[in-house]
Amino acid sequence: MSRRLLVSVFGNEHDLLGATKAAREKGYEIVDVYTPYAVHGLDTAMGVRPTRLAYVCFALGLSGAVAKLGFQIWTSAWNWPVNVGGKPLISIPAFVPVTFEVMVLFAGVGTVLAFFLRSKLFPGKKPSVVYDRVTDDRFVLVLAETDAAFDVRKVREMFKPFGLLHLEERLEKEE
Amino acid sequence: MVEPSTAAFAPAAIDTHAVATPAEHKPAWSILRKPLILGRKTYGEVTHDICSLLDRKPTAAWWGAFFVAASVLGIGIASVTYLIATGVGVWGLNNTVGWAFDITNFVFWIGIGHAGTLISAILFLFRQRWRTSVNRSAEAMTIFAVICAGLFPIIHTGRPWFAYWLIPYPNTRGPLWVNFRSPLVWDMFAIACYFTISLVFWYVGLIPDLATLRDRTKSKIKKAIYSFFSLGWEGSTRTWHRYEKLYLLLAGLATPLVVSVHTIVSWDFATSIIPGWHTTILPPYFVAGAVFSGFAMVLTLMLITRKVMALEDYITLYHIEQMCKIIIATGGMVALAYMTELFVAYYSGNEYERFTFINRALGPYAWTYWTMVSCNVLVPQFFWFKKIRTNVTAVFILSIFINIGMWFERFVIVMTSLTRDYLPASWAGFTPTLLDIGTLMGSFGLFFTLFLLFARFLPMIAIGEVKAVLSYGVHPKGENA
Repeated sequence: MSRRLLVSVFGNEHDLLGATKAAREKGYEIVDVYTPYAVHGLDTAMGVRPTRLAYVCFALGLSGAVAKLGFQIWTSAWNWPVNVGGKPLISIPAFVPVTFEVMVLFAGVGTVLAFFLRSKLFPGKKPSVVYDRVTDDRFVLVLAETDAAFDVRKVREMFKPFGLLHLEERLEKEE
Repeated sequence: MVEPSTAAFAPAAIDTHAVATPAEHKPAWSILRKPLILGRKTYGEVTHDICSLLDRKPTAAWWGAFFVAASVLGIGIASVTYLIATGVGVWGLNNTVGWAFDITNFVFWIGIGHAGTLISAILFLFRQRWRTSVNRSAEAMTIFAVICAGLFPIIHTGRPWFAYWLIPYPNTRGPLWVNFRSPLVWDMFAIACYFTISLVFWYVGLIPDLATLRDRTKSKIKKAIYSFFSLGWEGSTRTWHRYEKLYLLLAGLATPLVVSVHTIVSWDFATSIIPGWHTTILPPYFVAGAVFSGFAMVLTLMLITRKVMALEDYITLYHIEQMCKIIIATGGMVALAYMTELFVAYYSGNEYERFTFINRALGPYAWTYWTMVSCNVLVPQFFWFKKIRTNVTAVFILSIFINIGMWFERFVIVMTSLTRDYLPASWAGFTPTLLDIGTLMGSFGLFFTLFLLFARFLPMIAIGEVKAVLSYGVHPKGENA
């Protein structure tokens, strides 16, 4: 199904934040907001649900640590038990450094991969850049025209105090 | 020498800015901090300033520097090739001194890398927003320094094509595994993990900037390359939201990692029973020294970069001062470590420990010890003076002294203990051969070659992050009007 979208362009983050808050208060459906850098407070202003990446990171770190500790115990005590200077075969303190490193490795690399997966970022992806200067110096708010009562003039009035630079209607491309 | 951008900190320049601010908004200079980025840039100007560096043809200065760096790298390649063809005996090693320049260089380069991670991760967690101007280059420096460091143990194996034996992998020699109780195996894991995480961290930071380059470039080939590596970045807030969280998580992971890496490097020494090495002070001492030397290298690189690339508005005197202050702090820690070592050697009542430290200060390698003390303890004291911290030439010269001092610190630790162990019959000396020196030079050549290539092909400054701090210390309405 295709939607009609209203693309509004702003010149700085303060205007964009104000416009986003105003649009949300008035009950408009915000499809997404595009910015050249991470604007603080914008995620709460547009009501993005908090990301769960931290849980992914914790789970991956824990599994990396458990796997590596298990592997060290298995190689040192079961698969190839060698008496090194009378030390116990399962010498946990000596296994800590490598366990720690592998935990960080799993958590770090895994979380990045999870981020790519969740945000659908992959090499070769064709980006649909919403406005050509959005990675440079423009801040773009995209609203969905939900019903026939949607009035573009009203939106224009609402955004005027925020230094609206450009407004255009677009038909969402079908995926 | 008067630095042109000092003018921006002068009251006169601040007044000009105040006039430029719309009359209805108070300038508010009195309560806000100094801006991090000078010249009242707009977002567009930031993009242009940093991206246009990559559009230009390389300057004569770049070609000159690249030629020198690549030639020195050539010396290194020749030395290493000869070494591998002949054997590690071509170095000045002997039965007593089994590792000398190679381990010194290894520890030195790993230490250099630590400043990059400190800037990108620890200063991020401490909300030090000035880091945005230097973090990209500092992270690049980390990666290149770790590459240089990693090469030395591999070369030192003598048969580098078997270096993969350090990795535990299923093999046909019966169930044969590496000894996980060995600090050398810990070291391999620490360096490999550190390199991977640094690279990933750096790349994640680059993605939004690569998208900026992608949307800006006219060249088709460049566009294709930037598109590939920017992974279809669109600047959506949902992505930014996750991205910020990811960045925080990576910073949180990299912080203990960077401490662990040099700790493990120090364990290469501390777990042995050689006098002077077998101490618990080594891990914190190494970590502080690493940050200390790393910041000196960041300063050396950044001072050249800002001049050659005309980035004085981005890497300002404020940034240089901040880094000088970190050098004072970490230099103080290093000095404290030196004194603690001396005191503990005396207080332990251990004859061998005492001898080691007397030998360090008065023995055959005394000149290296005093070079180390003067460069690492005395030189940073100059940074207490604001006049010196804001004098670019002075900072540059002092930073080079610290680099030299920190190389000698590692040399002193390795050499004084190895040449004089418990048994006088096994005492020996060490004189570096030309190949030792050639390999050390080669590592600098590799480092600078990689850094120069980075400066040509990737944005030196994190464009997205700098845009986010443009309003820092500037009145909201004044900045982009």
